[in-house]
Amino acid sequence: MSLYDEQLTRGAGARGSEAPGASTYEVVTEEDLLTIRHAVRSATVEAGFGLVDQTRIVTAASELARNAYIHGGGGSLTVELVRDGARTGLRLTMRDEGPGIPDLEAALTDGYTTGAGLGHGLGGARRLMHEFAVDSDAGEGTTVVATRWNGR
Amino acid sequence: MSTSETTVRERLLDALREREQEIADRWVRLQLEQSNPGGDLGEHELREEADLLIAALGAGLASDVPVQRLVASQHELRRTVIELSLRRARAGATPTATSLAVLSLKEALLEAVQHTTRDASELFRAAVLVNRLLDAAGALSFETYVEGREEIIQRQSRQLMELSTPVVRLWHDVLAVPLIGTLDTARTQVVMENLLQAIQDNEAKVAIIDITGVPAVDTAVAQHLMHTVNAVRLMGADCVISGIRPPIAQTIAQLGIDLSTILTRSTLADALAAAVRLTDQSSAPTPYAPAGP
Repeated sequence: MSLYDEQLTRGAGARGSEAPGASTYEVVTEEDLLTIRHAVRSATVEAGFGLVDQTRIVTAASELARNAYIHGGGGSLTVELVRDGARTGLRLTMRDEGPGIPDLEAALTDGYTTGAGLGHGLGGARRLMHEFAVDSDAGEGTTVVATRWNGR
Repeated sequence: MSTSETTVRERLLDALREREQEIADRWVRLQLEQSNPGGDLGEHELREEADLLIAALGAGLASDVPVQRLVASQHELRRTVIELSLRRARAGATPTATSLAVLSLKEALLEAVQHTTRDASELFRAAVLVNRLLDAAGALSFETYVEGREEIIQRQSRQLMELSTPVVRLWHDVLAVPLIGTLDTARTQVVMENLLQAIQDNEAKVAIIDITGVPAVDTAVAQHLMHTVNAVRLMGADCVISGIRPPIAQTIAQLGIDLSTILTRSTLADALAAAVRLTDQSSAPTPYAPAGP
Protein backbone atom coordinates (compact mmCIF):
# COMPACT_ATOMS: atom_id res chain seq x y z
CA MET A 1 0.00 0.00 0.00
CA SER A 2 1.44 3.38 -0.94
CA LEU A 3 1.66 6.16 1.60
CA TYR A 4 -1.03 8.05 -0.28
CA ASP A 5 -3.51 5.17 -0.08
CA GLU A 6 -2.67 4.71 3.55
CA GLN A 7 -3.63 8.28 4.33
CA LEU A 8 -6.84 7.96 2.41
CA THR A 9 -7.86 4.97 4.45
CA ARG A 10 -6.60 6.19 7.77
CA GLY A 11 -9.97 6.98 9.30
CA ALA A 12 -13.06 9.00 8.80
CA GLY A 13 -11.60 12.16 10.30
CA ALA A 14 -8.49 12.15 8.13
CA ARG A 15 -8.16 14.81 5.44
CA GLY A 16 -5.78 15.28 2.59
CA SER A 17 -2.33 15.80 4.00
CA GLU A 18 -0.22 18.93 4.01
CA ALA A 19 3.07 17.08 4.03
CA PRO A 20 4.00 13.45 3.59
CA GLY A 21 3.25 11.61 6.81
CA ALA A 22 0.81 14.18 8.16
CA SER A 23 -2.89 13.67 8.77
CA THR A 24 -5.45 16.11 10.06
CA TYR A 25 -8.41 15.24 12.25
CA GLU A 26 -11.36 17.45 13.07
CA VAL A 27 -12.56 17.92 16.65
CA VAL A 28 -16.25 18.75 16.61
CA THR A 29 -17.92 16.31 19.00
CA GLU A 30 -16.79 14.40 22.08
CA GLU A 31 -16.66 11.22 19.98
CA ASP A 32 -13.95 12.83 17.84
CA LEU A 33 -11.66 12.70 20.89
CA LEU A 34 -11.91 8.92 20.70
CA THR A 35 -11.05 8.95 16.98
CA ILE A 36 -8.06 11.16 17.75
CA ARG A 37 -6.77 8.91 20.54
CA HIS A 38 -6.96 5.93 18.21
CA ALA A 39 -5.32 7.78 15.33
CA VAL A 40 -2.52 9.17 17.51
CA ARG A 41 -1.99 5.76 19.10
CA SER A 42 -1.46 4.14 15.69
CA ALA A 43 0.78 7.02 14.60
CA THR A 44 3.00 6.50 17.67
CA VAL A 45 3.18 2.78 16.96
CA GLU A 46 4.17 3.50 13.34
CA ALA A 47 6.81 5.96 14.53
CA GLY A 48 8.29 3.22 16.71
CA PHE A 49 7.64 4.70 20.15
CA GLY A 50 7.68 2.45 23.21
CA LEU A 51 4.61 1.78 25.32
CA VAL A 52 5.25 4.53 27.88
CA ASP A 53 5.88 7.15 25.21
CA GLN A 54 2.81 5.98 23.29
CA THR A 55 0.69 6.56 26.38
CA ARG A 56 2.31 9.97 26.99
CA ILE A 57 1.67 11.21 23.47
CA VAL A 58 -1.89 9.85 23.34
CA THR A 59 -2.64 11.48 26.68
CA ALA A 60 -1.14 14.81 25.59
CA ALA A 61 -3.17 14.69 22.35
CA SER A 62 -6.28 13.92 24.36
CA GLU A 63 -5.66 16.92 26.64
CA LEU A 64 -5.05 19.30 23.74
CA ALA A 65 -8.05 18.06 21.77
CA ARG A 66 -10.28 18.27 24.83
CA ASN A 67 -9.14 21.85 25.49
CA ALA A 68 -9.97 22.78 21.90
CA TYR A 69 -13.32 21.02 22.18
CA ILE A 70 -14.33 22.59 25.50
CA HIS A 71 -12.75 26.05 25.35
CA GLY A 72 -12.15 26.61 21.64
CA GLY A 73 -15.45 25.35 20.29
CA GLY A 74 -13.69 22.63 18.29
CA GLY A 75 -10.70 22.67 16.00
CA SER A 76 -8.37 20.43 14.10
CA LEU A 77 -5.38 18.31 15.08
CA THR A 78 -2.54 17.61 12.67
CA VAL A 79 -0.37 14.62 13.46
CA GLU A 80 2.94 14.42 11.61
CA LEU A 81 6.07 12.41 11.65
CA VAL A 82 9.11 14.69 11.96
CA ARG A 83 12.79 14.03 11.43
CA ASP A 84 15.80 15.87 12.77
CA GLY A 85 18.98 14.24 11.64
CA ALA A 86 18.88 10.67 12.83
CA ARG A 87 16.07 10.99 15.32
CA THR A 88 12.37 10.82 14.57
CA GLY A 89 9.50 12.31 16.46
CA LEU A 90 5.82 12.97 16.36
CA ARG A 91 4.44 16.48 16.18
CA LEU A 92 0.93 17.40 17.24
CA THR A 93 -0.52 20.69 16.04
CA MET A 94 -3.84 21.64 17.58
CA ARG A 95 -5.63 24.65 16.11
CA ASP A 96 -8.86 26.22 17.20
CA GLU A 97 -10.62 29.47 16.46
CA GLY A 98 -12.02 30.00 19.93
CA PRO A 99 -11.70 33.00 22.23
CA GLY A 100 -7.96 32.41 22.79
CA ILE A 101 -6.11 32.22 26.10
CA PRO A 102 -5.97 35.65 27.79
CA ASP A 103 -3.40 34.69 30.44
CA LEU A 104 -1.09 32.01 29.10
CA GLU A 105 1.16 31.99 32.17
CA ALA A 106 -1.81 31.19 34.38
CA ALA A 107 -3.23 28.61 31.98
CA LEU A 108 0.03 26.66 32.16
CA THR A 109 -0.02 26.71 35.96
CA ASP A 110 -1.23 23.53 37.62
CA GLY A 111 -4.62 23.80 39.19
CA TYR A 112 -5.65 26.86 37.19
CA THR A 113 -8.92 26.34 35.34
CA THR A 114 -11.64 28.50 33.89
CA GLY A 115 -13.96 25.54 33.41
CA ALA A 116 -14.88 22.61 35.61
CA GLY A 117 -11.70 20.61 34.94
CA LEU A 118 -8.73 19.85 37.15
CA GLY A 119 -6.53 22.51 35.61
CA HIS A 120 -3.69 20.15 34.80
CA GLY A 121 -4.42 19.69 31.10
CA LEU A 122 -2.21 22.24 29.39
CA GLY A 123 0.67 22.17 31.87
CA GLY A 124 0.47 18.38 32.01
CA ALA A 125 0.57 18.11 28.23
CA ARG A 126 3.67 20.34 28.24
CA ARG A 127 5.42 17.99 30.68
CA LEU A 128 4.46 14.96 28.58
CA MET A 129 6.10 16.35 25.44
CA HIS A 130 9.66 17.51 24.67
CA GLU A 131 8.81 20.67 22.76
CA PHE A 132 5.74 22.73 23.46
CA ALA A 133 4.68 26.08 22.06
CA VAL A 134 1.41 27.93 22.48
CA ASP A 135 0.42 30.75 20.18
CA SER A 136 -2.71 32.49 21.36
CA ASP A 137 -4.21 35.94 21.26
CA ALA A 138 -7.51 36.95 22.75
CA GLY A 139 -10.13 36.59 20.04
CA GLU A 140 -7.72 35.04 17.55
CA GLY A 141 -7.90 31.39 18.53
CA THR A 142 -5.15 29.16 19.81
CA THR A 143 -2.47 27.02 18.18
CA VAL A 144 -0.48 24.53 20.22
CA VAL A 145 2.49 22.75 18.65
CA ALA A 146 3.90 19.87 20.70
CA THR A 147 6.60 17.42 19.72
CA ARG A 148 8.02 14.35 21.36
CA TRP A 149 11.24 12.77 20.08
CA ASN A 150 11.89 9.08 20.09
CA GLY A 151 14.78 7.72 22.14
CA ARG A 152 15.85 10.77 24.06
CA MET B 1 -48.07 25.11 -12.66
CA SER B 2 -47.28 26.07 -16.25
CA THR B 3 -49.42 24.71 -19.03
CA SER B 4 -46.54 22.92 -20.70
CA GLU B 5 -45.81 21.10 -17.44
CA THR B 6 -49.46 20.13 -17.15
CA THR B 7 -49.44 18.72 -20.67
CA VAL B 8 -46.28 16.73 -20.11
CA ARG B 9 -47.58 15.52 -16.81
CA GLU B 10 -50.79 14.31 -18.41
CA ARG B 11 -48.79 12.64 -21.14
CA LEU B 12 -46.69 10.84 -18.55
CA LEU B 13 -49.74 9.83 -16.55
CA ASP B 14 -51.40 8.41 -19.69
CA ALA B 15 -48.28 6.43 -20.53
CA LEU B 16 -48.10 5.21 -16.95
CA ARG B 17 -51.69 4.01 -16.93
CA GLU B 18 -51.72 2.49 -20.41
CA ARG B 19 -48.45 0.67 -20.03
CA GLU B 20 -48.44 -0.11 -16.32
CA GLN B 21 -47.56 -3.78 -16.82
CA GLU B 22 -44.94 -3.05 -19.41
CA ILE B 23 -43.16 -0.47 -17.22
CA ALA B 24 -43.21 -2.76 -14.19
CA ASP B 25 -41.78 -5.66 -16.24
CA ARG B 26 -39.10 -3.48 -17.75
CA TRP B 27 -38.12 -2.07 -14.35
CA VAL B 28 -37.84 -5.51 -12.78
CA ARG B 29 -35.68 -6.66 -15.70
CA LEU B 30 -33.47 -3.56 -15.41
CA GLN B 31 -32.98 -4.26 -11.72
CA LEU B 32 -32.18 -7.89 -12.28
CA GLU B 33 -29.46 -6.83 -14.73
CA GLN B 34 -27.77 -4.90 -11.91
CA SER B 35 -25.71 -7.00 -9.58
CA ASN B 36 -27.56 -8.01 -6.43
CA PRO B 37 -30.16 -5.25 -6.77
CA GLY B 38 -32.48 -5.82 -3.86
CA GLY B 39 -30.25 -7.94 -1.65
CA ASP B 40 -32.08 -11.22 -1.20
CA LEU B 41 -35.29 -10.08 -2.89
CA GLY B 42 -36.53 -12.40 -5.65
CA GLU B 43 -38.18 -11.52 -8.95
CA HIS B 44 -41.64 -12.01 -7.50
CA GLU B 45 -41.03 -9.52 -4.67
CA LEU B 46 -39.44 -7.02 -7.03
CA ARG B 47 -42.54 -7.24 -9.18
CA GLU B 48 -44.83 -6.59 -6.23
CA GLU B 49 -42.75 -3.57 -5.27
CA ALA B 50 -42.83 -2.30 -8.84
CA ASP B 51 -46.64 -2.52 -8.98
CA LEU B 52 -46.97 -0.64 -5.69
CA LEU B 53 -44.53 2.12 -6.63
CA ILE B 54 -46.01 2.63 -10.09
CA ALA B 55 -49.51 2.85 -8.63
CA ALA B 56 -48.26 5.39 -6.07
CA LEU B 57 -46.52 7.40 -8.81
CA GLY B 58 -49.74 7.42 -10.80
CA ALA B 59 -51.72 8.66 -7.81
CA GLY B 60 -49.07 11.32 -7.17
CA LEU B 61 -49.03 12.57 -10.74
CA ALA B 62 -52.83 12.75 -10.78
CA SER B 63 -52.77 15.15 -7.81
CA ASP B 64 -51.89 18.82 -8.29
CA VAL B 65 -48.77 18.89 -6.12
CA PRO B 66 -45.77 20.30 -8.07
CA VAL B 67 -43.39 17.59 -9.28
CA GLN B 68 -40.41 18.84 -7.26
CA ARG B 69 -42.29 18.33 -4.00
CA LEU B 70 -44.29 15.29 -5.02
CA VAL B 71 -42.13 12.65 -3.35
CA ALA B 72 -41.67 14.77 -0.23
CA SER B 73 -45.28 15.74 0.32
CA GLN B 74 -47.43 13.06 -1.29
CA HIS B 75 -48.04 10.70 1.59
CA GLU B 76 -48.70 7.49 -0.34
CA LEU B 77 -45.70 7.91 -2.64
CA ARG B 78 -43.36 8.88 0.17
CA ARG B 79 -44.40 5.88 2.23
CA THR B 80 -43.95 3.50 -0.71
CA VAL B 81 -40.41 4.75 -1.37
CA ILE B 82 -39.49 4.58 2.34
CA GLU B 83 -40.84 1.05 2.72
CA LEU B 84 -39.05 -0.08 -0.40
CA SER B 85 -35.74 1.32 0.87
CA LEU B 86 -36.15 -0.12 4.37
CA ARG B 87 -37.02 -3.56 2.99
CA ARG B 88 -33.90 -3.52 0.86
CA ALA B 89 -31.70 -2.24 3.67
CA ARG B 90 -32.86 -5.18 5.81
CA ALA B 91 -32.36 -7.58 2.91
CA GLY B 92 -28.72 -6.48 2.82
CA ALA B 93 -28.70 -4.30 -0.30
CA THR B 94 -26.16 -1.47 -0.34
CA PRO B 95 -27.51 2.12 -0.35
CA THR B 96 -25.99 2.66 -3.79
CA ALA B 97 -27.75 -0.40 -5.22
CA THR B 98 -31.03 0.73 -3.65
CA SER B 99 -30.95 4.26 -5.00
CA LEU B 100 -29.69 3.05 -8.40
CA ALA B 101 -32.62 0.63 -8.51
CA VAL B 102 -35.04 3.49 -7.85
CA LEU B 103 -33.30 5.63 -10.47
CA SER B 104 -33.46 2.86 -13.09
CA LEU B 105 -37.22 3.30 -13.10
CA LYS B 106 -36.49 6.47 -15.14
CA GLU B 107 -35.42 4.39 -18.08
CA ALA B 108 -38.55 2.22 -17.98
CA LEU B 109 -40.77 5.30 -17.71
CA LEU B 110 -39.10 7.19 -20.56
CA GLU B 111 -39.33 4.18 -22.84
CA ALA B 112 -43.06 4.11 -22.18
CA VAL B 113 -43.38 7.84 -22.95
CA GLN B 114 -41.52 7.28 -26.21
CA HIS B 115 -44.37 5.06 -27.39
CA THR B 116 -46.92 7.84 -26.94
CA THR B 117 -45.05 10.74 -28.58
CA ARG B 118 -42.29 11.34 -31.12
CA ASP B 119 -42.12 15.09 -30.58
CA ALA B 120 -38.57 15.90 -29.52
CA SER B 121 -39.32 18.91 -27.34
CA GLU B 122 -42.15 17.08 -25.62
CA LEU B 123 -39.88 14.11 -24.98
CA PHE B 124 -37.28 16.42 -23.54
CA ARG B 125 -39.77 18.01 -21.17
CA ALA B 126 -41.00 14.57 -20.17
CA ALA B 127 -37.40 13.53 -19.45
CA VAL B 128 -36.88 16.59 -17.25
CA LEU B 129 -40.09 15.82 -15.38
CA VAL B 130 -39.21 12.15 -14.86
CA ASN B 131 -35.75 13.17 -13.68
CA ARG B 132 -37.07 15.62 -11.12
CA LEU B 133 -39.56 13.10 -9.85
CA LEU B 134 -37.25 10.14 -9.51
CA ASP B 135 -34.15 12.02 -8.37
CA ALA B 136 -36.18 13.05 -5.35
CA ALA B 137 -37.23 9.42 -4.88
CA GLY B 138 -33.61 8.24 -5.16
CA ALA B 139 -32.46 10.81 -2.63
CA LEU B 140 -35.26 9.87 -0.23
CA SER B 141 -34.34 6.22 -0.56
CA PHE B 142 -30.71 6.96 0.29
CA GLU B 143 -31.73 9.12 3.24
CA THR B 144 -34.02 6.40 4.58
CA TYR B 145 -31.24 3.88 4.33
CA VAL B 146 -28.81 6.12 6.22
CA GLU B 147 -31.38 6.95 8.88
CA GLY B 148 -32.07 3.25 9.38
CA ARG B 149 -28.37 2.58 9.82
CA GLU B 150 -27.93 5.57 12.14
CA GLU B 151 -30.68 4.20 14.34
CA ILE B 152 -29.02 0.79 14.51
CA ILE B 153 -25.69 2.40 15.41
CA GLN B 154 -27.21 4.51 18.18
CA ARG B 155 -29.05 1.53 19.60
CA GLN B 156 -25.89 -0.52 19.57
CA SER B 157 -23.84 2.15 21.27
CA ARG B 158 -26.46 2.41 24.01
CA GLN B 159 -26.43 -1.36 24.41
CA LEU B 160 -22.65 -1.39 24.44
CA MET B 161 -22.57 1.21 27.18
CA GLU B 162 -24.85 -0.91 29.34
CA LEU B 163 -23.03 -4.11 28.54
CA SER B 164 -19.55 -2.83 29.13
CA THR B 165 -20.09 -1.66 32.69
CA PRO B 166 -21.08 -4.71 34.70
CA VAL B 167 -20.83 -4.57 38.47
CA VAL B 168 -19.72 -7.93 39.88
CA ARG B 169 -19.59 -9.16 43.45
CA LEU B 170 -16.06 -10.39 44.10
CA TRP B 171 -16.20 -11.23 47.77
CA HIS B 172 -18.42 -10.65 50.77
CA ASP B 173 -19.13 -6.92 50.82
CA VAL B 174 -16.73 -6.34 47.92
CA LEU B 175 -17.90 -5.20 44.47
CA ALA B 176 -15.84 -4.65 41.34
CA VAL B 177 -16.36 -2.73 38.09
CA PRO B 178 -13.93 -3.72 35.34
CA LEU B 179 -13.76 -0.71 33.02
CA ILE B 180 -12.88 -1.38 29.41
CA GLY B 181 -12.32 1.26 26.75
CA THR B 182 -12.69 4.96 27.08
CA LEU B 183 -14.21 6.76 30.05
CA ASP B 184 -16.18 9.80 28.95
CA THR B 185 -18.84 11.79 30.77
CA ALA B 186 -21.76 9.62 29.63
CA ARG B 187 -19.95 6.40 30.48
CA THR B 188 -18.94 7.72 33.92
CA GLN B 189 -22.56 8.51 34.63
CA VAL B 190 -23.63 4.95 33.77
CA VAL B 191 -20.79 3.43 35.80
CA MET B 192 -21.57 5.63 38.78
CA GLU B 193 -25.29 4.87 38.71
CA ASN B 194 -24.77 1.12 38.37
CA LEU B 195 -22.10 1.05 41.05
CA LEU B 196 -23.96 3.14 43.62
CA GLN B 197 -27.11 1.11 43.10
CA ALA B 198 -25.17 -2.14 43.50
CA ILE B 199 -23.52 -0.85 46.68
CA GLN B 200 -26.93 -0.19 48.13
CA ASP B 201 -28.41 -3.51 46.95
CA ASN B 202 -25.51 -5.62 48.23
CA GLU B 203 -24.76 -3.49 51.27
CA ALA B 204 -21.18 -3.55 50.04
CA LYS B 205 -18.37 -1.98 52.04
CA VAL B 206 -15.68 -1.75 49.34
CA ALA B 207 -15.91 -1.05 45.61
CA ILE B 208 -13.00 -1.80 43.30
CA ILE B 209 -12.77 0.10 40.01
CA ASP B 210 -10.43 -1.77 37.69
CA ILE B 211 -8.96 0.33 34.87
CA THR B 212 -6.76 -2.37 33.29
CA GLY B 213 -8.80 -2.04 30.11
CA VAL B 214 -8.65 1.77 29.93
CA PRO B 215 -5.97 2.63 27.36
CA ALA B 216 -5.24 6.22 28.45
CA VAL B 217 -5.96 8.22 31.57
CA ASP B 218 -5.96 11.94 30.92
CA THR B 219 -7.06 14.68 33.32
CA ALA B 220 -10.72 14.31 32.33
CA VAL B 221 -10.71 10.56 32.97
CA ALA B 222 -8.91 11.11 36.29
CA GLN B 223 -11.51 13.67 37.26
CA HIS B 224 -14.31 11.26 36.41
CA LEU B 225 -12.66 8.60 38.54
CA MET B 226 -12.31 11.02 41.47
CA HIS B 227 -15.98 11.98 41.23
CA THR B 228 -16.97 8.33 41.30
CA VAL B 229 -14.73 7.65 44.30
CA ASN B 230 -16.23 10.64 46.13
CA ALA B 231 -19.76 9.42 45.46
CA VAL B 232 -18.89 5.91 46.71
CA ARG B 233 -17.44 7.40 49.90
CA LEU B 234 -20.55 9.46 50.45
CA MET B 235 -22.45 6.20 50.59
CA GLY B 236 -20.18 5.02 53.38
CA ALA B 237 -18.17 2.56 51.32
CA ASP B 238 -14.48 2.58 50.47
CA CYS B 239 -13.10 2.62 46.96
CA VAL B 240 -9.97 1.05 45.49
CA ILE B 241 -8.73 1.77 41.96
CA SER B 242 -6.80 -1.11 40.44
CA GLY B 243 -5.15 -1.95 37.14
CA ILE B 244 -2.80 1.03 37.06
CA ARG B 245 -0.17 -0.12 34.57
CA PRO B 246 3.36 1.34 34.51
CA PRO B 247 2.80 3.66 31.49
CA ILE B 248 -0.43 4.97 33.03
CA ALA B 249 1.29 5.54 36.39
CA GLN B 250 4.09 7.53 34.74
CA THR B 251 1.66 9.56 32.67
CA ILE B 252 -0.59 10.39 35.62
CA ALA B 253 2.43 11.46 37.69
CA GLN B 254 3.76 13.63 34.87
CA LEU B 255 0.38 15.22 34.29
CA GLY B 256 0.53 16.30 37.92
CA ILE B 257 -2.69 14.64 39.03
CA ASP B 258 -2.75 13.89 42.72
CA LEU B 259 -4.43 10.55 43.39
CA SER B 260 -2.79 10.13 46.79
CA THR B 261 -6.09 10.45 48.61
CA ILE B 262 -7.36 7.41 46.75
CA LEU B 263 -6.32 3.85 47.51
CA THR B 264 -4.74 2.47 44.33
CA ARG B 265 -3.25 -0.91 43.42
CA SER B 266 -1.52 -2.17 40.31
CA THR B 267 -3.50 -5.40 39.95
CA LEU B 268 -7.01 -6.55 40.70
CA ALA B 269 -5.60 -9.30 42.95
CA ASP B 270 -3.80 -6.72 45.12
CA ALA B 271 -6.93 -4.62 45.21
CA LEU B 272 -9.01 -7.58 46.35
CA ALA B 273 -6.52 -8.34 49.12
CA ALA B 274 -6.66 -4.70 50.23
CA ALA B 275 -10.46 -4.73 50.06
CA VAL B 276 -10.73 -7.88 52.15
CA ARG B 277 -8.47 -6.31 54.80
CA LEU B 278 -10.67 -3.23 54.79
CA THR B 279 -13.84 -5.26 55.28
CA ASP B 280 -12.19 -7.27 58.07
CA GLN B 281 -11.31 -4.05 59.82
CA SER B 282 -14.73 -2.58 59.47
CA SER B 283 -16.50 -5.74 60.60
CA ALA B 284 -13.86 -6.34 63.23
CA PRO B 285 -15.54 -7.02 66.34
CA THR B 286 -16.60 -4.75 68.78
CA PRO B 287 -15.77 -6.56 71.92
CA TYR B 288 -18.96 -5.69 73.71
CA ALA B 289 -21.36 -6.65 70.95
CA PRO B 290 -23.67 -9.47 71.79
CA ALA B 291 -22.50 -12.73 70.23
CA GLY B 292 -24.53 -14.10 67.38
CA PRO B 293 -26.40 -17.39 67.63
